[in-house]
Amino acid sequence: MADVCLDSVCKSFGKTEAVHELSLEIGDGEFVVLLGPTGAGKTTTLRLVAGLERPDQGRVTIAGRDVTPAPPAMRDVTFVFQQYSLYPHLSVFDNLAFPLRSPVRRTPLAEIERKVREVARLLHIEDKLQNRATQLSGGQMQRVAIGRALVRSPAIYLMDEPLSSLDAKLRSELRIELQRIQREFGATILYVTHDQTEALTLATRIGVMDRGRLVQVGTPREIYENPVDAYVATRLGSPGINLVPRSVFPAMAAPPAAVTVGVRTEHVRIRKAANGGALGTVSWIEHLGDQDHLHVAIGERDFVTLSDADAGLAVGDSVALEVTRPLFFDVAGRRVTNA
Amino acid sequence: MAEIRVDNLQKSFGSFAAVRGADFTVKDGEFFCLLGPSGCGKTTTLRMIAGLELPTGGRIFLGSEEVTARRASERDIAFVFQLFALYPHMNVRANIGFPLRCQSMPRAEIHRRVEEAARILRITSILDKPVSGLSGGDRQRVALGRAIVRQPTAFLMDEPLGALDAEFRRLMCGELRALHDRLAATTVYVTHDQLEAMSMADKIAVMNNGLVEQLGTPREIYDRPVSMFVADFIGSPPMNFVEFDAPLARGDRSLTIDGAEIAIPELHEAASQPQCALGVRPEHVRLSDSSPLRGSVYGAEYLGTTQIVTVATARGFVKARLPSDTSVRLGEPVGLAFRPEKLSIFDRQSGRALCSALHGARHQGRAHG
Repeated sequence: MADVCLDSVCKSFGKTEAVHELSLEIGDGEFVVLLGPTGAGKTTTLRLVAGLERPDQGRVTIAGRDVTPAPPAMRDVTFVFQQYSLYPHLSVFDNLAFPLRSPVRRTPLAEIERKVREVARLLHIEDKLQNRATQLSGGQMQRVAIGRALVRSPAIYLMDEPLSSLDAKLRSELRIELQRIQREFGATILYVTHDQTEALTLATRIGVMDRGRLVQVGTPREIYENPVDAYVATRLGSPGINLVPRSVFPAMAAPPAAVTVGVRTEHVRIRKAANGGALGTVSWIEHLGDQDHLHVAIGERDFVTLSDADAGLAVGDSVALEVTRPLFFDVAGRRVTNA
Repeated sequence: MAEIRVDNLQKSFGSFAAVRGADFTVKDGEFFCLLGPSGCGKTTTLRMIAGLELPTGGRIFLGSEEVTARRASERDIAFVFQLFALYPHMNVRANIGFPLRCQSMPRAEIHRRVEEAARILRITSILDKPVSGLSGGDRQRVALGRAIVRQPTAFLMDEPLGALDAEFRRLMCGELRALHDRLAATTVYVTHDQLEAMSMADKIAVMNNGLVEQLGTPREIYDRPVSMFVADFIGSPPMNFVEFDAPLARGDRSLTIDGAEIAIPELHEAASQPQCALGVRPEHVRLSDSSPLRGSVYGAEYLGTTQIVTVATARGFVKARLPSDTSVRLGEPVGLAFRPEKLSIFDRQSGRALCSALHGARHQGRAHG
């Protein structure tokens, strides 16, 4: 286990710049999640660490050793892909043991047995060890694929959307298991996803990517509460942050450069406007069970707030909004704060 | 009138009963969701309404007319599929206008209707572009455009958002519902995604094993699930079940689990056998030092707006949705308290919810087990 370091790494494919001057340090035992939409450069970054791509510029170091020119096999990394690829003719035990039986590693038999059983216990597949890989459900297969990475103790585990092919229920189950396994193993993980829930729940730090650039790195809480720009602010939060022109809230104290106000749904107090003071009209109430999303039409704009299911508001009501923790952005979308 | 009524609708494929008896009425102007896991019979039900499958039993009415045996083309409804099949050699305008050209409608009328559909869907700017370069969302809008130009009395949609990524799906949910309202349409929408159903529907039919297990508004289904199946299928994370074995009598207002007395809504019926489960939604669980119901923190998932804390107890995991500024430490011993008026009690053998002050006297739909 060791530090992994990317230093001003660039990678282009033809005219497309996939990764632009990306620098990132991943500490021992850290769980770093790269979050961004398709095409942001997350997977390319992961492949650069793995050695599956070679950077045009910059350096990759693992445990202080420059591995930039080294092939994948010489880097002490393991990769878990989105699509699990298991050996269909082998049992679960043999699939898990496979990486340890590699001739270059020469792991003693007793050690293989111990390691496989430990990992199987962690992943709750102990009773499936003798099954053929093809006799498993999708969720079990993906756990075996993750397990095959875990039997080794590499410097870093690289995971590319390992949960995205699973259904919602299994995904939420494996999320919490992955979190627990990472803690128990003290593993260092670099994980790529476009799913904000995975990023928020798994990461010790999130790196938000946009068109090849690493825009912000921080703990989930820092990124959520303190985004550097409007793009990052829209990446996290469900429902998403409301971005409205400063002019919608003329009475609000704001820095002079503020052009846009960002309001998280949970940072709004809403009340029926008795006489005057109305800002908008309730246009739609979504009953999502655990919370209601109240849509307020402000002119042509849709503004979303959370409301208590028993707040007694109805479609068509005129309402006033009180914003408790606004975020301000300038004309370029950069965050500006009160001095 | 675009009221749709299905009456004891059944469909078997050989010896396999896909739909064992569906009964419901979709009112004019209603957004109606058929919700359930794969294989529950929801798509087969929709295809029978569309006329793409012939029922093996029961009847279908559109308005006052029976259409059970009528062909799809003789029913005034439009179908939107999960996979948006667009004609790759045609541009957006030609794709949207295609159904009207097939009906040999005058060109001026086609032009007018396509423009109107594009305006409603806010895709006027891409009308003359080829469909090949479009994003997933725009392709889906074009597919919707092709459904709405026909101005049908009802829309049937089979997981139309299934192929889109999560973020985009949420956005399209809002758009679809707004579109439904603007057109004053009647919509029957099939999905396995409970959040889609909760956010869009006026009414939801939860299907399981070819039967409608519960029929109600999103709020009713969430707050008063008739069975453990429905309770577990709705909500993210779903309802917690704390299993216990104790006789329960009519009029009971509390029960005891591991020495902890828990207040519940007054029972309006006795449990027929002692194996029961207490059902509690994560947002109705809170941590309470004084509670005798103990556990330890197993995991915490920060979600920004809130956090989900998983507590390991002697009776399994219980998930609590707590404010994200509540601090919890892994392994920390905690007590659990529940909001009494929101609790459901289930019979673990039948899976059925017991009638109580929360769960009215009789349920709609039918539970089975």
